[in-house]
Amino acid sequence: MAKRVLLIEDEPNIIEAISFILSRDGWTVHTHEDGTSAMDKVLALPPDLIILDVMLPGRSGFDILRDLRENAVTADTPVMMLTARGQARDRELADRLGANHFMTKPFSNADVRDHVWNLMGEA
Amino acid sequence: MAVDEITGTRIRDRRVDRGIKQADLAARVGISPPYLNLIEHNKRRIAGKLLTDIAAALDVPTEQLSQGVNASVLDKLHAAAASFSANVELARAEDMTIRFPGWSALIVKQAKQVSDLQDHVRVLTDRMTYDPELAGSLHQVITAVTSVRSAASILVGSEEIDADWQARFHRNIYDDSVRLAASSEALIRYLDTPDTIGAAQTAPVDDMETALAAVDYHIAALEWTGRADLAQIAKELLPKTGVAHDLMLRFLTTYQADAALMPLDAFGPVAKELNYDPLALSARFGVPVDAVLRRLSGLPKADGHPSMGLAVADASGAMLFRKLVGGFALPRAGAGCPLWPLFTAFGRPDQPIRADVALPDAGEQRFLCYAVAKPVGAAGFDAPPVLHATMLIIPDLPEGVNTPIPAGVSCRICPRQSCAARREPSAMR
Repeated sequence: MAKRVLLIEDEPNIIEAISFILSRDGWTVHTHEDGTSAMDKVLALPPDLIILDVMLPGRSGFDILRDLRENAVTADTPVMMLTARGQARDRELADRLGANHFMTKPFSNADVRDHVWNLMGEA
Repeated sequence: MAVDEITGTRIRDRRVDRGIKQADLAARVGISPPYLNLIEHNKRRIAGKLLTDIAAALDVPTEQLSQGVNASVLDKLHAAAASFSANVELARAEDMTIRFPGWSALIVKQAKQVSDLQDHVRVLTDRMTYDPELAGSLHQVITAVTSVRSAASILVGSEEIDADWQARFHRNIYDDSVRLAASSEALIRYLDTPDTIGAAQTAPVDDMETALAAVDYHIAALEWTGRADLAQIAKELLPKTGVAHDLMLRFLTTYQADAALMPLDAFGPVAKELNYDPLALSARFGVPVDAVLRRLSGLPKADGHPSMGLAVADASGAMLFRKLVGGFALPRAGAGCPLWPLFTAFGRPDQPIRADVALPDAGEQRFLCYAVAKPVGAAGFDAPPVLHATMLIIPDLPEGVNTPIPAGVSCRICPRQSCAARREPSAMR
């Protein structure tokens, strides 16, 4: 069975593009656009890897990441953060909260694919 | 200490630096070791030929022993070396200030310029982080660029994609390019406005807020009933003089008064017990509601209290004080949303307002806001009323409490196109 990627992102066109390239690579891609109910979605799946945007409706990606790491089910799930803010403090916060990778927009499709492959290898 | 007294110490320091024994130096200049010992301990005055001989024996200029150096320049050189973590000959700094006063002054001046530029960069970085208009516009641009790049990359890739997907990505690129153009134009207009360039300079109120944010707006030194040296506390929090210091003093004075009326030991537990209800707390402690709002915003998170924001404005809309809280951006220079209870409170002076506010750029995140407008200053017949409104902002409001007010942060970045309070077109899609 193909491994599952959950993309939590609220920008429809970015969702469509990432879903397309990852599906083409053979991953099963699930998407979710809302921060408030993101944890429910994660726990219902649960995915093998999470791509998590920082700025989401309802809750920030950092808050969700904190919850992910505190939950026994998702504590070890690889998380790749996406953000338009590449400031050092955001990277530090992502590191501190346990993100496996931090990717700054605008990223390339190749980078996304490579890091998904790498993180899936660790999963 | 007299110059001669210091001269002996300098001789001793140089001799020890160079690893010369006291007896050897004494022999070189033709005096007894005990006499040199007295000189080095500043118990004998020294000048003239003997001083010149000792300087020659130590290979230092005579004036370095007799006059010392400009302590201020020396301190600044040490500070410059420390700030750059430079691996320099610190022990020779004094020599340098005497031998090369011009170069020393240049280093000090350059270090000052670097420090000033670093401060400027910090202010600009801070602006990038906290200016909601700029951050919102940039986020829109970067998001659109990301989307265009990703879709275009798929279309030009070597792998074939079917016609339906091609059409979808073409449409996405077109939509994003339109959005990108609008966002870019809005951003350029914003950055070209002279006022916004000026706003990038650090203002005294910014200095005060930065200093208070460092202690999470909680002043532990004022949480007791004894006397406190407000000027000293202000200086420790914000080592600046002038307006910034005066603003800090004003804040501390109010904080101290609020703390006296609502001592932390009593107020904290009761606030929790009453679910941070300002009116109930006002009644319990017999204090004005605006004081309760200020006090709630300063409750320490370490005691398990939620983080709460605070905004104080005057009737012109100018923001007098801000304590930021996650998701609720408060513009530095006015131009906030007129639908905020902070501003509607001016229409009902002295009457507290409670409202749930939903912000679009926080993903319709809801905030519980309490606000009240109060007159300030002494009353006077026929004097124009001067009102300050205070608003407490509590994030993470559970849904379904009340119908929220669909507000925004600033018209420029608010997507509520049909809002009756709109002042100018939005740069958002």
